[in-house]
Amino acid sequence: MTTAAPAKTETLLAVRDLVVEFGGRGRPTFRAVDGVSFDVRPGQTVGLVGESGCGKSVTSLAIMGLLPKRGNKVAGSATYDGTDLLTLDDREMRDHRGRDIAMIFQDPLSSLNPVVSIGVQVAEVLQRHRGMKKSTAIAESRDLLDQVGIPDPARRLKEYPHQLSGGMRQRALIAMALACKPRLLIADEPTTALDVTIQAQILNLLKELVVDSGTALIMITHDLGVVAGLCDEVNVLYGGRIVETASRHEVFARPRHPYTTGLLGSIPRLDGSRSEQLAAIPGSVADNIPWTSGCAFAPRCSRALEVCRSEAPPLEQDPTAMEEHTLRCHNPNPAEGGEPA
Amino acid sequence: MLRFIVRRLLQAVLVMFIVSALLFAWLRSLPGGPVDSLLGERATPASRAALSKQLGMDQPLLVQYWHFLDNMVHGRFGTSTQVQTGADALHIFFQRLPATVELSIVAIVIALATAIPLGYFAAKRHGGLLDTGSVVLSLIGVAVPVFFLAFVLKYVFAIKLGWLPPSGRQSADLDATRVTNFYVLDGLLTREYDASWDAIKHLILPAIALASIPFAVIFRITRASVLEVLHEDYVRTAESKGLTARIIRGRHVLHNAMLPVVTTIGLQVGGLLTGAVLTETVFAYPGLGDALAQAFSQRDYSVLQVLITMAALGYVLVNLLVDIAYAIIDPRIRTR
Ligand SMILES: Nc1ncnc2c1ncn2[C@@H]1O[C@H](COP(=O)(O)OP(=O)(O)O)[C@@H](O)[C@H]1O
Ligand SMILES: [Mg+2]
Repeated sequence: MTTAAPAKTETLLAVRDLVVEFGGRGRPTFRAVDGVSFDVRPGQTVGLVGESGCGKSVTSLAIMGLLPKRGNKVAGSATYDGTDLLTLDDREMRDHRGRDIAMIFQDPLSSLNPVVSIGVQVAEVLQRHRGMKKSTAIAESRDLLDQVGIPDPARRLKEYPHQLSGGMRQRALIAMALACKPRLLIADEPTTALDVTIQAQILNLLKELVVDSGTALIMITHDLGVVAGLCDEVNVLYGGRIVETASRHEVFARPRHPYTTGLLGSIPRLDGSRSEQLAAIPGSVADNIPWTSGCAFAPRCSRALEVCRSEAPPLEQDPTAMEEHTLRCHNPNPAEGGEPA
Repeated sequence: MLRFIVRRLLQAVLVMFIVSALLFAWLRSLPGGPVDSLLGERATPASRAALSKQLGMDQPLLVQYWHFLDNMVHGRFGTSTQVQTGADALHIFFQRLPATVELSIVAIVIALATAIPLGYFAAKRHGGLLDTGSVVLSLIGVAVPVFFLAFVLKYVFAIKLGWLPPSGRQSADLDATRVTNFYVLDGLLTREYDASWDAIKHLILPAIALASIPFAVIFRITRASVLEVLHEDYVRTAESKGLTARIIRGRHVLHNAMLPVVTTIGLQVGGLLTGAVLTETVFAYPGLGDALAQAFSQRDYSVLQVLITMAALGYVLVNLLVDIAYAIIDPRIRTR
């Protein structure tokens, strides 16, 4: 056990058995998120990792109360600072969003209102949650743009999203998200839509801001490379369920789930080229195998046994691990390097 | 922005030029052209030839067109032969203009004030009762011919129920003072509020009839546009910032959703004159549409010419204003 133990008593966000179902009204119901639980401690950076379609965005939108009003069912709990967010009404949730919990999204261009100036889009958060007058809020917005590394912020304030570069837009969105110094930031693939050179800049900026302000961060990504540079703890998602949870060090040193190993095989190399997407894992998550008839990953898994196809594995502590390391697998990778030296 | 306006103005001039050429060609090609309409069917060939010469119709077509343009630019459209015999055609236009402008303003205000909120809430509660109900209403709006709707309104509310006057702009027994010939405005200016109220009562039924098509079209565009905008990422961003429902509705949803609506409004205002011909006829409302119907059926070419030219000019100007309004609300156009 490491020195992280005392901090565990204090949890900023506790997600428990989160289930999100879409459908109803004639359409078959579809479980996008199937019993997800994880904790975020103050100042901690937690990764939610998995291929596209595994339920990362739906998980974060459910926590934020941003799922479409109709056509879905949410169960479980997401306790933030003692309050279960999932039980709050619309008004109460609006008070939390942007002030206590903020979010940034994947595509910075479509995430910004094209007809409203950058200044107003930053200032409106301050006006809403900090009760600032418009002029004060605009002045403060200028400082915020400066902090996220936008050059000539006074001019950029008056400009519109189409006048900014992709990286600049994402910086502006980060400025909006951090305007009210939230205690938790959810970043949903914040660099996926950006050029490779810009990606590193944005990740560094996020890391810097989060460390400086002590904001906790839920980092959503399909790219374990992003996790390597940023996250304290990693949750690997497959088919709406967490299949492996461990510290960053554990995940990279002793990945036990075959799916995690597959993800590791698709980390972009330093020279910028990317090995074939999930070379180690044939098929794709879009096949939507439910967990009711065995492990959802079994059809794509090179280590699958007979039991994997008939019985869904439970999420259990890896007995060979020296620290917390949970796993949902009947036949994990051999635990090499896990034993004390 | 200035360059944008200048460019649009030049385009407007070009459009008017093309309209004038079409108008010229059309007037010249009509069976029983201006000579017949001035002299009647039984004129002698000699008198026809004399009048043709007097009208310059023996000259080459291009020279005729040049004179035609020259006259038009100087406001010389000739005298009315039928609608108001002997009166200057342009004078008839200006005399009738306030009535139609007043009617059109009321109609477009009714259309906007109902279509935009209804379109927004229909989209917001997509598939609900309000949505279904108003979609049906808008279908009726486009499907029912304007003159038929005008007849029904007149029959039910004016003749059967007697709530509103069936025709005209003002009750005959009212001795109202005229200032601008906008009757509602005149009443306010002269403090003859009863005259204003009387004018409003005369406006309601024809305005509703005239508003039916713009209402239906604007409603449908608003609804479709709001539905689309509600799914945009930036609305989700706005929600993620915890903004109030009011700010999200106005700044983030409606502002964007109004862009296609504004363009439609321009087209609908332009189309009002077509509707006015029918409505004004049914309600014997003495406006431009009524004059146009008369001029057309009685082949009063001077009046026809002035009305068509002015309609085109009005259409071009309204759309110029709409383009400017569009540039004001869409920075992507303004800051190009
Ligand atoms: N509004 C919705 N209605 C129906 N299905 C949805 C909706 N949003 C997401 N889904 C489905 O839920 C699954 C998980 O989606 P998502 O969380 O967006 O994946 P990702 O991990 O790539 O972010 C996908 O199969 C997706 O099709
Ligand atoms: Mg996603």
